[in-house]
Amino acid sequence: MARTIVITSGKGGVGKTTTSASFAMGLAKNGHKTAVIDFDVGLRNLDLILGCERRVVYDFVNVINQEANLNQALIRDKRCDNLYVLPASQTRDKDALTQEGVGKVIDELREDFDYIICDSPAGIERGAMLAMYYADDAIIVTNPEVSSVRDSDRMLGILASKSRRSEQNEEPISEYLLLTRYDPARVKRGDMLSVEDVQEILSMDLLGVIPESQDILNASNSGDPVILMEKTNAAQAYRDVVERYLGEEIPQRFINQKGFLGRLFGG
Amino acid sequence: MRLLDFFRTRRASSASVAKERLQILVAHEHAHRKRTPSYLPLLQKELLAVISKYVKINPDDMKVSLEQNEHEEILELNIVLPEESPKKARKTN
Ligand SMILES: Nc1ncnc2c1ncn2[C@@H]1O[C@H](COP(=O)(O)OP(=O)(O)OP(=O)(O)O)[C@@H](O)[C@H]1O
Ligand SMILES: [Mg+2]
Repeated sequence: MARTIVITSGKGGVGKTTTSASFAMGLAKNGHKTAVIDFDVGLRNLDLILGCERRVVYDFVNVINQEANLNQALIRDKRCDNLYVLPASQTRDKDALTQEGVGKVIDELREDFDYIICDSPAGIERGAMLAMYYADDAIIVTNPEVSSVRDSDRMLGILASKSRRSEQNEEPISEYLLLTRYDPARVKRGDMLSVEDVQEILSMDLLGVIPESQDILNASNSGDPVILMEKTNAAQAYRDVVERYLGEEIPQRFINQKGFLGRLFGG
Repeated sequence: MRLLDFFRTRRASSASVAKERLQILVAHEHAHRKRTPSYLPLLQKELLAVISKYVKINPDDMKVSLEQNEHEEILELNIVLPEESPKKARKTN
């Protein structure tokens, strides 16, 4: 049975696209056939983060308008055969995505894929609402910062009332908290909310913590999702997230600041 | 005063202030949210289907809500009939 997963946040710039790219690549590398859809119509970015921007011919809106079929629009990743990207359209027409059109595309993908990842735009406008509408699972990307936490809470309310599952009285969407741009040193100093704080405020299950990392900028510069930069903390954190999502029990890492001795012995 | 203030702000870290503010805010917003039972969207959809058999209405012109206070719960259905008919139907039960 295919699963549709939305990567959402409410607030902009918290790391949804970074997460979508690495999470999708991680699932694909674990042997699952995965499609990742960019819902950010007008501001497509996922293609850049995945390094396939020059191979875009048709996009999501072309498929919805039946100007191209799904196979023509899906871009197969060069590094991993199991990963396919459906790029967003650059149109300025806000109504380009329709609920029915999105539903048809997702239904068609579900026949062929194990996982469908929906990279949501920020905000609660049409693109964001449709990205989460058909979801089975939601990953709420949150930064340890007041406005991001508040927006995540609002998204939880929306997931519980404005999704297909809620409207049809089905089992609710499963929600997972992903805390990104986490800086243990600042938490220790008392000027950043801790993992426990955010979990307590949102009362959600924690899928993982992605540390603040310079490597993410380097990854986006080169068009490789950071999960492929194997030695980096960010890659390890994203790999843990994928495995935890797939049901492995993996202890949380990158939550505590390494002490001097820890750093010395690489513990 | 100055000195006291200095010590006071030093004691509460900015993260704990953030946490407290968020907890108050979230509790407030949840209290608001809880009022919507999960069956309301489906109820609204089915009511709309029934009403549409008799009157043509715009889905946006129909509202179902549940109000709660200590003594009672009020399920309110509010329908704005289309232009042709000047009446406004409203039923409270
Ligand atoms: N863990 C991290 N450490 C450092 N920088 C990060 C991290 N995660 C994301 N960033 C940076 O934050 C910026 C925004 O990331 P990204 O585009 O993934 O966010 P987004 O939520 O998709 O944004 P939008 O709401 O605009 O779609 C990028 O410059 C990215 O490199
Ligand atoms: Mg994005």
